[in-house]
Amino acid sequence: MKITRKRFLQLSGLSLIAVAAKRMVRVMAASTSAPESTKTVRWGMAIDLEKCRLDQGCDGCIKACHSAHNVPQFADRAHEVKWIWKQPFEDVFPFAETEYTREAHANQPVLLLCDHCDDPPCVDVCPVEATWRTDTGVVTVDFHRCIGCRYCMAACPYGSRSFNWQDPRPAIPAVNPDFPTRTKGVVEKCNFCEERLAKNLAPLCVEACPEKALIFGDLEQKDSEIRNVLRSRFSVQRKPELGTGPSVYYLT
Amino acid sequence: MLVVLAGLLCYLQQLSQGLVITGLGRDVTWGLYIAQFTFFVGIAASAVTVVLPYYLHDYKQFARLTILGELLAITAVIMSGLFILVDLGQPSRVLNIVLHPQPQSVMFWDLIALSGYFLLNVVIATGTINARREHVPTSGWIRTLALISIPWAISIHTVTAFLFSGLPGRSYWLTAILAPRFLASAFASGPALLILLCFIARKLTGFDVGNEALHKLAVIITYAAAINVFFVLAEVFSAFYSEIPEYEAGFVYLFVGMGGDRHLVPWMWLSFVLSLAALVLLLVPRWRSKDRLLAAACLCIFVSIWLEKGLGLIIGGMVPSPLGTITRYAPTLPEWTIVLGIWAIGALMTTAFFKTTFSIWESNGGD
Repeated sequence: MKITRKRFLQLSGLSLIAVAAKRMVRVMAASTSAPESTKTVRWGMAIDLEKCRLDQGCDGCIKACHSAHNVPQFADRAHEVKWIWKQPFEDVFPFAETEYTREAHANQPVLLLCDHCDDPPCVDVCPVEATWRTDTGVVTVDFHRCIGCRYCMAACPYGSRSFNWQDPRPAIPAVNPDFPTRTKGVVEKCNFCEERLAKNLAPLCVEACPEKALIFGDLEQKDSEIRNVLRSRFSVQRKPELGTGPSVYYLT
Repeated sequence: MLVVLAGLLCYLQQLSQGLVITGLGRDVTWGLYIAQFTFFVGIAASAVTVVLPYYLHDYKQFARLTILGELLAITAVIMSGLFILVDLGQPSRVLNIVLHPQPQSVMFWDLIALSGYFLLNVVIATGTINARREHVPTSGWIRTLALISIPWAISIHTVTAFLFSGLPGRSYWLTAILAPRFLASAFASGPALLILLCFIARKLTGFDVGNEALHKLAVIITYAAAINVFFVLAEVFSAFYSEIPEYEAGFVYLFVGMGGDRHLVPWMWLSFVLSLAALVLLLVPRWRSKDRLLAAACLCIFVSIWLEKGLGLIIGGMVPSPLGTITRYAPTLPEWTIVLGIWAIGALMTTAFFKTTFSIWESNGGD
C-alpha cells in the first residue's frame, strides 16, 4: 500500500488525538476518585513582631535558610531569588497603614516567607502538578517537573515565589551538597524545611533566631506551643480576606 | 524571512541564558509574550464574526470572507501557541502539560480549548478548499463542524480570560466582565485585521471579497468596538465610585502613573483616543462606506486594542505587585525581536494560506 504524504499527516494527526483523548479520560477518572487524606498535622508558624524587631540588622534566619537551601545571591532586585526576607511593614499590612499610625511602624521590617496556605491558589493553577500541598500542610515545588510558566507567581497574592531568570549555580556562595541546586527557568520558594521536618527537626529559621521570635508547631494539635500562643495573644494573617488560609501568623 | 531568522537567533540566546534577557522580573513576571498570546487568541476567536453569519444565518455574501477568517484563525492559534512556548522557562518540559495534566488548572482547559479550535478550523478550512477545488458543494458534516466551531470560538477566549480573572490578589483582572470584555475587543480587532488584509489582497492580487461583505463586517466591528468601550467604562465606574484602592490601582497606574512611573500613560491614552476616533468614523454610515476611511478606522481599532490588550492588560495586573511595588517594565530588544519573529511567521503563513485560496477561487470563478 502506498501512503501519500497527505494520508500520513492525516493518520498521524488522528493517532495523536486518540492518545491524547485516552490520557484525558484517565486523568478525569483519577481526579474524581482521589481519596481525601485525613488531616492529622498542619505545620504553622507564628512570628513575634516585637521580638523580631529588637535587632533590626539581624538576618540570622535569612542567612541560615539561604545558605542551607542553595539560594543564589543576585544583586539586581528584578532577578533576585529569596525564600525568607524582610519587607517594610506598610507593604505587608497595607490595611494597617494610616497617616496617624505611620510613625508607629513606618519602615519597620517584617519577616516574610511562604504562607503555606490551607487553600493555596498557586497549587490550583499549576498546569503540571509541579507544586502541591503535602498532607502536613507544606506547599512544596518539584524543581524537576516545573515548566517555568510562572502562573503560580501570578496567582500567589503574597509575592512569595521566585523564578530563576538565569542559571543560579554561579551565584551560590558555597554549595550545600545535601540540598539540590536548581536550574534556570524554574520556580522556587520556602519549603518550611520539609527535609528537616521529616527528621523531626524545626525549620532552620526558627532555630537560628537569637530572640526566639519564631514559634513553629502543629496547628492541629490543641496543646502545641503555637496553639497556646495563638490562644493567648492577638495575631493577624496576611490578606485573610482572600480565603487562602495562611499558616503563618504575626503576633503584635 | 530575515525577521523570522532574527527572532530565532534571539530565542536561541534566551534558551541558553534564560529569561533574564527579557525585561521581566520578580514583580512583572508576565509581560509582552503573554499579552501577545492573549491578543492573538482574540484574533483566533474573532473568526466567529464571519463564520456565524455565513453558516448560521446563511449569509452568502460572507462566503469568501469566511474561508479567509478561518485561515486567519489557524494562523492566530499557532502564533498564540508560540507565544506561550517562548514564555516558558523550561520549554523542553512542555510535554509535562500532557504527561501530568492538572484539570484544576485553567491552563489545562485553555490547552484543550485552543487545540480543539485549531483542529476544527484545520478540518473545516481544508474541507471547504478541497470541495471548492473539486467543484462540489461543501459536505454536510463540514457545516456541522462549522456550527460547533461557533461556541468553541467563544470558549477559547472565555477560558483565556479565566486564566486571569480567577486569581485572588490581582484586582485589575479580578472582574467577572473580563471574559465579555475580551470577546468584545476580539470581535472588533479581529475583523478589523481581516478587512485590512482584504484591502491589501485586493490591491496586490485583485482578489475581491465584495464590498457588501466588507461593509457588513464593518457594522459588526462598530457594534463590538462600541460594546468594548462601554465595558471598559463600566469597569472604570466600579473601580472609582467604590474607591477601593486595589481596584483603582491598575487603572491609575496605566492612565495616570504611580510612584513616579508614567511610561505607559501616553500609550494607554493613545489606545483610548484611537478607539474613540475609530468609533466616530464607524458610527457614521457615510464615512464607514468609504474604503479609505474604513481602512483608517480598522487600523485605529487594531492598534488601539493591540495596545490595550497586547500590552496594558497584563502589565496593569502585575503592577503594583502584591507587595505594592511599582516596577517599570519595558520589553528588551531581544524580547521585541522574538515577538516580531513570531509575527513574521504569522505573516508568512497568512500569505501562503491566502494565496492558495485566491488561486483556487480565481481558477474556479464565481463565489
